[in-house]
Amino acid sequence: MVRADRVDRVALCGRTKTGCRAGGQDLITEPDDVTEAMPVTSTTTSAPGFASVLGNPWARFAARRLGRLLVSVWVLVTGAFLMIHLIPGDPVRAALGNTAPVELVEARREALGLNDPLWQQYADYLRHLVGGDFGTSMLSGMPVSQVIGDRLPATAELAVLAFALAVLVSIPLGLAMAVLTRGGRRRPVELAFTSGSVLLAVVPEFLVAVGLVYVFSVELGWAPVAMRQGAASYVLPVLALAVGPASILARIVRVETLAVLQAEYIRTARAKRLPDRRVYLRHALPNALTATITVGGLLLGGMVAGTVLAENVFAWPGLGSTIVGSILAKDYPVVQGVVLVYGLGVLLVNLVVDVALALLDPRSTIRES
Amino acid sequence: MTSRARWAGVLRTPVGAAAAVLLGGVMLLAVLAPLLWGGRADEVDTAHILAPASAEHWAGTDNLGRDIFFRVLVATRTSVQLALLATALGVAVGLLLGTLPLLLGPRLGRLVTAAVNIAVAFPGLLLALSFAVIFGAGASGAVPAIGLAIAPAFARLTQTLAATVAGRDFVAAARIAGVGRVRVLLRHVLPNIAEPLLVNATMAAGGSLLAFAGLSFLGLGVQAPDFDWGRLLGEGLNGIYLNPAAALVPGVAVVLAGLAFNLVGEAAAKAVGPRTATATVRNRATDSAPPTPTPPAAAPVWLQQTGQQAAQADALLVVEDLKVSFGTVTPVRGVGFTLRRGEAVGIVGESGSGKSLTALAVAQLIEQPGRVEARRLEFGGDDLLRTPPRARRRLLGTSLAMVFQDPMTSFNPVQRVGRQLAEVAEQHLGHRRGPALARAVDRLRAVRIPGAARRARQFPHEFSGGMRQRAMIGMGLMGEPELIIADEPTTALDVTVQRQVLALLADVRAADDVAVLLISHDLGVVEQVCDRVLVMYAGRIVEDLPVERLRDGARHPYTRALLGAVPDLSTDRDQPLVVIPGRPADPAAPPPGCAFAPRCPLADDHCARVDPALIEDGSGGRVACWHADRPEPALYAATEGEGR
Repeated sequence: MVRADRVDRVALCGRTKTGCRAGGQDLITEPDDVTEAMPVTSTTTSAPGFASVLGNPWARFAARRLGRLLVSVWVLVTGAFLMIHLIPGDPVRAALGNTAPVELVEARREALGLNDPLWQQYADYLRHLVGGDFGTSMLSGMPVSQVIGDRLPATAELAVLAFALAVLVSIPLGLAMAVLTRGGRRRPVELAFTSGSVLLAVVPEFLVAVGLVYVFSVELGWAPVAMRQGAASYVLPVLALAVGPASILARIVRVETLAVLQAEYIRTARAKRLPDRRVYLRHALPNALTATITVGGLLLGGMVAGTVLAENVFAWPGLGSTIVGSILAKDYPVVQGVVLVYGLGVLLVNLVVDVALALLDPRSTIRES
Repeated sequence: MTSRARWAGVLRTPVGAAAAVLLGGVMLLAVLAPLLWGGRADEVDTAHILAPASAEHWAGTDNLGRDIFFRVLVATRTSVQLALLATALGVAVGLLLGTLPLLLGPRLGRLVTAAVNIAVAFPGLLLALSFAVIFGAGASGAVPAIGLAIAPAFARLTQTLAATVAGRDFVAAARIAGVGRVRVLLRHVLPNIAEPLLVNATMAAGGSLLAFAGLSFLGLGVQAPDFDWGRLLGEGLNGIYLNPAAALVPGVAVVLAGLAFNLVGEAAAKAVGPRTATATVRNRATDSAPPTPTPPAAAPVWLQQTGQQAAQADALLVVEDLKVSFGTVTPVRGVGFTLRRGEAVGIVGESGSGKSLTALAVAQLIEQPGRVEARRLEFGGDDLLRTPPRARRRLLGTSLAMVFQDPMTSFNPVQRVGRQLAEVAEQHLGHRRGPALARAVDRLRAVRIPGAARRARQFPHEFSGGMRQRAMIGMGLMGEPELIIADEPTTALDVTVQRQVLALLADVRAADDVAVLLISHDLGVVEQVCDRVLVMYAGRIVEDLPVERLRDGARHPYTRALLGAVPDLSTDRDQPLVVIPGRPADPAAPPPGCAFAPRCPLADDHCARVDPALIEDGSGGRVACWHADRPEPALYAATEGEGR
């Protein structure tokens, strides 16, 4: 099974808490049999024994995760390749329009290699990709790699800033809410937080963006309505992108923290008479975070795609406006290239999430071995 | 509760009812709006192009002078219809992909699972954009694009749910009975996962409504002259400075409709899914009260249980009239006892007798909404009820050790074991990191953990169960404990490991003159470790006796019944196991008289009316019974039943 438990838990946790707990419970008890036999009997000296115990699961984790990344990249590349071939009819004819002369269409087909056998096109495509050649725009004649190079920084800035904002806001907020509302305390606060976050989570980023534009640009005139000029122009796009994921993440952090606060090791920490601060930050938070990352990791990947909508509201000169224009103009090589970049971005975020998870939760590295 | 009743229950919650009304309104509008206002929405008025909002045109007009408000109302049908179509497609494909592993068998199934796993990692919007390339811009392209984009997530959910159901016994039984895969799927698996799937499909409908608005907004969805909310929003955004209403009204419509689907789904999920126990225990009165015990006003004399050797100078722990309550339920109803230094006392009783809560209350570990009251609660001469929190923390942190039942879950899974021990020394003894860790290793050695230095650097999951329990005791020894409270410390362990842990407890006790309060339902364990036994029933101590007298000197009928229910080597194995007939008292409604009376063969009217006090017998024991020492009439002649 290819690394299913993370998504398993996502699916389960998305539905009911108990399912998720039960799943987690199984995972906790499972490794006992495995490890009991392994390190207990090892009679090696302390230092290399330590290294091998630590080294093995990590090496296995790295190998497994790398394998999955490679398969995903291959699927992504193949999908992008097939995308053009799945378009009904002749993509070149569709792009150039019905009035274009037959010779031009034929010449363009030849130039794009569309007349070659499929396997050869695939091989050429892969070879070009490895060489950094993403093809040529059918409209502007510019290399796609150059289009991407021009547009990617603006999108990456937006995504990274929004990503950071969402994480930095949601974790303290979720933790604080969990602590404040644990055990049925402060019902009004709980109600306000849950209903507010549900509302914010439902509103898609482009509507948040429109609302923000209306309030801050049209009514108050505090921020520029569009374009990327100066630091102030970043505020609204980043906010629009981060608000939804931040509120969902904060909810997840709260729910997971509440669940963790019920755990017996929290009672143990209390039995050690640690100060509350230490109980929450040292014992509850890391455990709540692992669960949060398992559930919310995919959300952060989704933010990469979310930039498309936000960019279109704010006329942001990034990949998002490029891909939409290219789809409408049927400039398929550009679409192909941009989809690849977005896909790679998502895979990268997922990788970061998994590594973070492995660092935070030592069990996750051996879970599936 | 039948599923219909549960779905009806959704409507009775405020959120569920509001969401249902909202959804009903959206649906009604989708059906009626084009019939009622279709004409006005398409009415071109070149005299009023791009007019701002006014009394005549509530949301202004567009570039052909058409009324935007009515266009938004009329667009409800297109928006909802397309969203539902896309959802139906996505759910159908998702169900197919999700159930395919069950139908194809393990080998091919794994392939499908892997494919879905990879697809699900990509955000829906990216998939939708890619599919929009293939199917082309326009409503007919956007429906399959969004449908296929939500399919992987739905497939993933179906797979997970189906896998949990498929692992259950009844499905396995059906398989063994030779029922075909398709039939297993249709008859046994799908009906059992239908509810969560339906809930998620409802939320997916909300999601695709928003996604559709997004695609149309980008110009990839509905094309002119047709219009939906997303398209209206996109058109309105261009003129947001002149007429904000043109962008805001369709935006509000999208949010409301999306919210309607999502909230109905969430309310249904809450109703369908299991409830959490904490949600039912509510107590407004104690919401703001700190969980510190407070002396009660004046308890009726007959309710009080006094500490037996309260006057003794070597008393370590003095408990008088301890009560633990959760809202209106009081599972511990006035418990009193005294523990001398170095003494080992066991508390026994059935589950629900309040023995664990008593231990937690003594350790000051009852959390809200639980509430602890006591007339006296003294530990090592300090009054725990009046010691300031900081001093109390230090006192308990160094002198009181806890050992919990399940060593698997009592350690923080993401911290190294050594750190978790060292923390105590850092916190309470003022040690720095290095010396604290050295002490932790030393303590692990003291509880006979081989390779303590290496073990200290390991995570709890690398320890075996018995080793974890010993490490737990080691954690208690980080300070200089005068009392170890062990709550069912060996219940989760197998018999050989159990013996090691009990021996360790006995050694620790002997070495440092540490008192032990051992909570157990196992009389054998208590006999092995303790000097004295407290028998609890329904939140009270009913008997307190030296352990030597347990076997033949027990005076309370409940104690004798407990002993009678323990099988030993001489038990006739052809006879059914002896059980105590009846059920334990309901802690929510304790009887006015003796709580054990309904199950007691000696009980009479007096027992049912008046609760017996716990009376000292002058020979080191206490008993709360009107008929103590009276022999039972043919006590518990082997009762049919599933004994424990």
